[in-house]
Amino acid sequence: MFNLFNNSNIFGLIEVLINFINSIFFALLLVALSFALIFSPPDYLQGDSVRIMYVHVPAAWIGLASFTCISILSILNFLFKIKNFSLMTKSIAPIGLVFTCIAIVTGSIWGQPTWGTFWAWDARITSMVILAIFYLSFIAIHKFVSEESKAIKISSIVAIVGLVNVPIIKYSVEWWSTLHQPASIKITGTSSIHSSMLMPLLLMFFVLILYCALIFLMKYKTEIIRIKKKNLKRL
Amino acid sequence: MLTKKVKKRASLLVLFITATAIGAVLILKSLNKNILYFNSPTEIKISEDIDFNKRIRIGGMVKKNTLEITDQEIRFVVTDFKNEIKVSFKGTVPNLFAEEKGVVAEGKLQDKKFFIAERILAKHDENYMPPELKDIKKENVK
Repeated sequence: MFNLFNNSNIFGLIEVLINFINSIFFALLLVALSFALIFSPPDYLQGDSVRIMYVHVPAAWIGLASFTCISILSILNFLFKIKNFSLMTKSIAPIGLVFTCIAIVTGSIWGQPTWGTFWAWDARITSMVILAIFYLSFIAIHKFVSEESKAIKISSIVAIVGLVNVPIIKYSVEWWSTLHQPASIKITGTSSIHSSMLMPLLLMFFVLILYCALIFLMKYKTEIIRIKKKNLKRL
Repeated sequence: MLTKKVKKRASLLVLFITATAIGAVLILKSLNKNILYFNSPTEIKISEDIDFNKRIRIGGMVKKNTLEITDQEIRFVVTDFKNEIKVSFKGTVPNLFAEEKGVVAEGKLQDKKFFIAERILAKHDENYMPPELKDIKKENVK
């Protein structure tokens, strides 16, 4: 069943995908950025500082989604011992860390003119910092634990414990009083964001997801090459 | 695919995740008061152990028609639509600070109804819309 995850089979597929994303990525990025920075209207209250949202919100989503992916792959790896999954988690982690940091930094930059402060230790912001710490420890374990099977075990525990933090981040703005505003985009019910702003936001999200996929595939490719160099025919 | 080994690992995993989740819930429950970034006027009213010398944060809406700006100070009323606290503040306020908008004030309570703020933060709500739309909405209300 897991022949699909065989290295030589994936390798060709990765090449094709990288080339495909490369061919459309920059065009889409230009379109999305011009919608986000030029064509979308300013906010009635915040004016042009609303444009930070077009990076901040997708970055935060990606930060959360990447960690969920890492946790699920770690769980599957633990259950079925498919070593390829641990290569995948290793390739996703840096992307997630970068986007979590982007979300924190852009949020801080946005907070100064609108809230009046760069930083507030409220539930949402603190739990995002904890997410970044989880990412950091995940990456650090793979860096510093030299025995690979041990590194995979410890990092899986970190990923599974960190999974508990994900719903805390999501619902922090509803469970506790925070300075951070509640979610504007709801899966059920009407969103409190106007469609002229929602459209560029989703477009930016799509483009950033493509970017993540690109980096992930390149990183995954290097991991596979690294394994091949060790002269292991299969995982 | 579901061999005995996998089943054993799965039950171990379920146990581990439940334990972690319960642990997290217990920690958060015990920290509940500290996680709150600010207290609403109602929470101030019902709480019995208020330290008047400690810096705290209160939050709510700036009540309509209560904002007075003089060259000495800014006065307004924070409301959560059940209870109110009067706030006095000297200093600059952020851009988004306005009547009928969310606000978080940091400072000291004088008594349960009067608060001297040292810092004002504006709390943005979750509504995003272009300025033209806001004008249309206003006209509709009129």
